[in-house]
Amino acid sequence: MLIKLTGGKIYDPANNVSGEIRDIYVEDGKIVAAKPNARPDATYDVKGRIVMAGAIDPHTHIGGGKMTIARMLLPEDHRGDPVTRTELTRAGSGRSVPSTHVTGYRYAEMGYTACFEPAMLAANARQAHMEMGDTPMVDKGAFVMLGSDDYFLRQLAAKKDFNSIKDYVAWTMHAAQAIAVKVVNPGGISAFKFNQRKLDLDEEHVYYHVTPRQIILTLARAIQELGVTHPLHIHGCNLGVPGNIETTLATIRAAEGLRVHMTHTQFLSYGTEGDRKFSSGAARLTELANKTPNVSIDVGQVLFGQTCTASGDSMRQYAISKSAHPKKPVIMDIECDAGCGVVPIRYRDKSFVNAMQWVIGLETFLLFDDPWRIFLTTDHPNGAPFFFYPHLIRLLMDKSFRDDMLQKINPDAQAQSELLKSLTREYTLDEIAIMTRAGPARSLGLKDRGHLGAGASGDITVYRDNPDREAMFATPELVFKNGEVVVKNGKVVKVVQGATHVARPDYDKSIEKPLNDYFDRYLTVRMENFKLADEEIIGGDNGAIIVQPTAARAT
Amino acid sequence: MPSISPRQPKGKRVSSGVFENVVNPFCGTLCDDLVVERTEAGLKVVKNGCSQSVAGFERKLPPANPSVGGKDVALSKAIEEAARLIGKAKLPLFGGLATDVEGMRAVMALAERASGVVDHALSEAQYRNLKILQTTGWTTTTLAETRNRADLIIIAGSDIHRLHPRFFERIVAPPASMFDVTAPKRTIVFIGKGLDRSGAKGAHIGEVVTLACNDDAAGHIVALLRARLRGFRVTPPKRGGVTLADIDALAERCRKAKYGVVVWAPPALDFAHAELAVEQFTGLVKDLNQTTRFAGLALGGAEGAVTAATVCTWISGYPLRVSYASGAPDYDPYRWTIGRMLKDGEGDVLLWIASISPSLVPPPAKVPTIVLGTPGLALTAPASVFIPVGTPGVDHAGRLIRVDNVVSLPLKDLGRAELPSAAEILSAIEAAL
Repeated sequence: MLIKLTGGKIYDPANNVSGEIRDIYVEDGKIVAAKPNARPDATYDVKGRIVMAGAIDPHTHIGGGKMTIARMLLPEDHRGDPVTRTELTRAGSGRSVPSTHVTGYRYAEMGYTACFEPAMLAANARQAHMEMGDTPMVDKGAFVMLGSDDYFLRQLAAKKDFNSIKDYVAWTMHAAQAIAVKVVNPGGISAFKFNQRKLDLDEEHVYYHVTPRQIILTLARAIQELGVTHPLHIHGCNLGVPGNIETTLATIRAAEGLRVHMTHTQFLSYGTEGDRKFSSGAARLTELANKTPNVSIDVGQVLFGQTCTASGDSMRQYAISKSAHPKKPVIMDIECDAGCGVVPIRYRDKSFVNAMQWVIGLETFLLFDDPWRIFLTTDHPNGAPFFFYPHLIRLLMDKSFRDDMLQKINPDAQAQSELLKSLTREYTLDEIAIMTRAGPARSLGLKDRGHLGAGASGDITVYRDNPDREAMFATPELVFKNGEVVVKNGKVVKVVQGATHVARPDYDKSIEKPLNDYFDRYLTVRMENFKLADEEIIGGDNGAIIVQPTAARAT
Repeated sequence: MPSISPRQPKGKRVSSGVFENVVNPFCGTLCDDLVVERTEAGLKVVKNGCSQSVAGFERKLPPANPSVGGKDVALSKAIEEAARLIGKAKLPLFGGLATDVEGMRAVMALAERASGVVDHALSEAQYRNLKILQTTGWTTTTLAETRNRADLIIIAGSDIHRLHPRFFERIVAPPASMFDVTAPKRTIVFIGKGLDRSGAKGAHIGEVVTLACNDDAAGHIVALLRARLRGFRVTPPKRGGVTLADIDALAERCRKAKYGVVVWAPPALDFAHAELAVEQFTGLVKDLNQTTRFAGLALGGAEGAVTAATVCTWISGYPLRVSYASGAPDYDPYRWTIGRMLKDGEGDVLLWIASISPSLVPPPAKVPTIVLGTPGLALTAPASVFIPVGTPGVDHAGRLIRVDNVVSLPLKDLGRAELPSAAEILSAIEAAL
């Protein structure tokens, strides 16, 4: 099967193609070099259209226990957005924590072809993958959380051989079927179980006497030496605390040149200036991050409206429980492994703090120089539900629109936004294509995703050019998944099941001996049952597994 | 007809063997350390069994055939008739739902397709929790966390030992725990006089305290406890043998606890407005978390109840009691209660899934009833259509979600009987619509 897209304006930054008119050929699901003499089975005239690879969301909470707790908690979130079954698609519910099928459809209808769940608990991996298995249309993958699990903390506290820690990290990635590793409030989720209410970068965990700095360094080094492409994904200490910009800057410096990804930095870039002792740290964050090439970030932009925050950071989620709207926070301590906090929130443009959060996110985008090292996220659903992405893209691409929106926010926040007002930058289509496709693919190590060169999978999004970038990105004209048209004019026309991407660094299998003893002695699940077999994803969830390459293990 | 293997119950399969790390699907806590042996005589739990798992695994299945109107028919005929009944129904009811993840996925697809209602047999108990979750939120913990961390465990108005025979052995009094919080020994408090306390013993169990109120007064006692913790004067409890001094002593234990866990089982709180007791339990946790660490642990969850609520939630957006009559999920935890609907003459066909234990019979119904049941299901009235199905984790592989809402476990095919899974039958019915 050969298909051809003719005459589109191609934005493919991974292959240095910027707005050139080119034909694209897809054969048996893969993009191939031009075949001018071949007779395609189908031809799509996309003259004048903007063509990009399918978009990739590298940080979106789409699967796993905390999302289903959020769904259970918030019937009111779904009531206003019922989704009816069609001949083609399943019924479900939308809004800020949509049902699984609806999540897949709506991502695809927005031109996305891959989504990555960034906070999978190893103890909850089976359920996370089952939920992702019920999320059609897009490829999936998940980052497994480490750093507050007792096995790791015991090893670190006992100053165990670093190689065995590396083996444990790799074993966990295999057992949980993960593509990357995330650390959330390093050590803090565990510390909260010991009634510690804050844990700064150099503060000791009361029981293990290790610090977040040690945890971050150990994990970042382990992942780098294991050859995992995506660097340690860090949700830092003190999330949401005024003044946390100091911690965030110190965390970046703490990496000591190791590659790290700082996630949803908006929530971690707060200063203490101004009458209300709450101010933007975006300028300081970007000043340091711009000159620190080993660091990448995503923003976690806040946009206004009702949503629900859902995080592994039980310590900080407990602390913001007071601000829950509606007032029904859920906090969990989980399996000597991690924790979670689900706190519904309504971001209001007339609230000073919420308006400043909006400002800080936008400043971060506009002040960060290198689009290859920044990814477009709202930390769905924490800053805003993912369906706000087209709106966010317009804010970044359209200065006058941004200024209009700025007029509507809390006046005190406006008064503290001289910097944002002065930023004239407007993101280009190239930069958007990097930030939503090529960059995440490169960072996650997805060799055949996020670009349109020969060998890439036929995941392609076609937009009608429209100066209203929100309208343009909200409703792509065509979306192809593996060379098949799956969305037309922003509506699903074919339902497909995406693959699950994993990474499998080498490890010494003898790690299972002490691990098995640990499981038997302390935990309530057998090690053999803890591990998620390939067959569960392939047979049980009707999926497929793509093992992305890892580099050779280094010492 | 869709292609499902036309397997009939043929009794046990031949080969024998020993299975390790077997999950017990007959209890919500899903112990997964069982050793089960299969011989010509059937299955035998040889290690880590309890009364429930032994009864479940070792039950001899009576012969059972698909039937329509009480007459044995070929499986394909039974599926055809089930599809016919559902196809002509205006509002089919999908109840019971004692099945695994795969069965729930299949029943959700069928309910959507047939514009029906989904509700689990034991939803009434789960809703004692869900009403509070959806109103106030809560702070909870899990089995392994409790096992290793709790220095004070309060068993509130629920006979946990009877519901979960290994809970004390595995969670309350394990031989080892990870943190030294248990060094000064764990204190166990029972609120309720009818509770089996025999499990509260072992090397790491310290004091065992009982507040001997009536079991249904546990919520009231905890309300008094919360008031005393806040320093209020209260009228001493009138019911049962609990004094204000008992409550004050418990308040002091709570204040001193490093990690307290309040345990209850919604199925045990079987009285009107029991959700108000749950609200007191979760409220106690909330109050104490201001200064120390406390968490709730709700148990129960037999018959795949937690699996049903969880899968229904991720697929529809709501935890059961959902109607697809309009094509989109409509949630109403009062209106779409299948027990009530049957009593009030709502709905025009009932499909009942009871693949786990033989006691989960459908409520009396005037409408045609299609039962997907384990052989030996003690039906009180003959079903319009009966299709024997396998038990997940015994007759076929599958997955279940544990009662603490985080862990899910893989179930093995122990090869007891050649029976199709509920998921296979449900998908076949959907395809035949």
